Amino acid sequence: MTVMPAITYNFAYLDEQTKRMIRRAILKAIAIPGYQVPFASREMPMPYGWGTGGVQVTAAILGADDVLKVIDQGSDDTTNAVAIRGFFKATAGVATTTRTQEATVIQTRHRIPETALTAGQVLVYQVPIPEPLRFLEPRETETRKLHGLADYGLMHVKLYEDISRHGHIATTYAYPVAVAGRYVMDPSPIPKFDNPKMDDCPALQLFGAGREQRIYAIPPHTRVVSLDFEDHPFEVQRFDKPCALCGAQDVYLDEVILDDRGGRMFVCSDTDHCESRRADGHVGPLGAPPPGKGKP
Amino acid sequence: MAAPLSDEAPLLVAEGLSRLYGARIGCTDVDLEVYPGEVLAVVGESGSGKSTLLSLLSTELAPTSGRVLYRMDNGLRDLSALSEAERRLLLRTQWGFVRQNAEQGLRMAVSAGGNVGERLMAVGWRNYGDIRAEATSWLDRVEIAADRIDDDPRAFSGGMRQRLQIARNLVTRPRLVFMDEPTGGLDVSVQARLLDLIRSLVSDLGAAVIIVTHDLAVARLLSHRIMVMRHGRVIEAGLTDQVLDDPQEPYTQLLVASVLAA
Repeated sequence: MTVMPAITYNFAYLDEQTKRMIRRAILKAIAIPGYQVPFASREMPMPYGWGTGGVQVTAAILGADDVLKVIDQGSDDTTNAVAIRGFFKATAGVATTTRTQEATVIQTRHRIPETALTAGQVLVYQVPIPEPLRFLEPRETETRKLHGLADYGLMHVKLYEDISRHGHIATTYAYPVAVAGRYVMDPSPIPKFDNPKMDDCPALQLFGAGREQRIYAIPPHTRVVSLDFEDHPFEVQRFDKPCALCGAQDVYLDEVILDDRGGRMFVCSDTDHCESRRADGHVGPLGAPPPGKGKP
Repeated sequence: MAAPLSDEAPLLVAEGLSRLYGARIGCTDVDLEVYPGEVLAVVGESGSGKSTLLSLLSTELAPTSGRVLYRMDNGLRDLSALSEAERRLLLRTQWGFVRQNAEQGLRMAVSAGGNVGERLMAVGWRNYGDIRAEATSWLDRVEIAADRIDDDPRAFSGGMRQRLQIARNLVTRPRLVFMDEPTGGLDVSVQARLLDLIRSLVSDLGAAVIIVTHDLAVARLLSHRIMVMRHGRVIEAGLTDQVLDDPQEPYTQLLVASVLAA
């Protein structure tokens, strides 16, 4: 009877040469904020669209003493987040956490945590389509030229069309930003609610698009401006009710359907933020009081 | 060496302009000068090199030999020596290009207002109200009803598309407009109104126009001067009335004689 050899992975799955290649792309991306650096994206053991770009960036920057947090739409416990966290636990053996403050590397899909990020943290975005001009100009040769010449009139045509059709800028996610006064960048499909958090952020922000083979970055404390018109300034979404569980105001809320008779509640999309607030004793209209207090 | 800007100095100069497609001739050895506010027609049959010449003049094609000079604020500049950024700025501010096929000159998925406003936004307009007001006024000038401003050009007739294309190009008040068969494919009554519109807008703006057409009636109606091309060469040039009323070359005589009298 033969014994199957145990599978051993290189630290964080990718081989060292690949990680060096990705690190070179990351360094270039940091040197030219908002510029899309091509890189030789690898096949990962997950399908495109599940964060192959983000995973490769995380693999390239992860060290043995890093603490990793992975969120998907703000949540630590959805499939994508659990799978990627488990992947790095198995291949790198790093510590993982759901607490934003404790993490040194946070990989995210479609959200920026509500808790303000601090210097020394790295936020890694999973990006499906890195090119902000893509749906206006399908030719890659042409979009590169437009970026090279900072010829961004087209971007405002899109915003103009929004206002003329809907009376206001109806783009609510993947809202284009100008980085450090030069490159226009797609911040990945985060809600525009999160756009202001990118501006002057003390943490390093890295963006990885696996299928499109691009890496770009916002270095710490970089000016990030959402595009707009003078008479139609950029605005974030507003919610008229607080989080139903923790009562938080001014956070991004998800709709949760409660029954089949139209019952619904709005709760924090950032699960860690919601949980820590409830642990601190905050209670929303539908939230249960913390254990040990109130109801028997 | 900056020459003073005066109406006596040419706006665009071509010297010995040639373009070969392999061994075949696109156009060869063309010299021309266009003055501010002047309308120059280039006529000739299909394959005579008219469109090649227009592409060369508008820097869409690189010449095999010869050069094109354009009078900028700092004097005559060789267009091949411009940087890509300068060239694009020129294309979207001082130049216009009205194409035969409106689908090539318009963004078909963008509303009429967006089409007219694109050049304004490209040169830095950032006030929605101002852009909208300017687009509305230009739609009015090209006789497109104000309530069509949010419709996209796919919902427009051929004549309307062509007028929208003209508004989109003239909104930055260009000094030079290239037109490639702007009335091609339109029926005769629509053609007549379009020509009338082009003539009045161009004279209002004082823009120079280089118009390529195979239709001698269009040339007669719009242009001050005319160039007749055949086999890639200019065979006759002069004042429009003079050339059309008293053609010297046998080929020009043939062209003039082949126009059907209405």
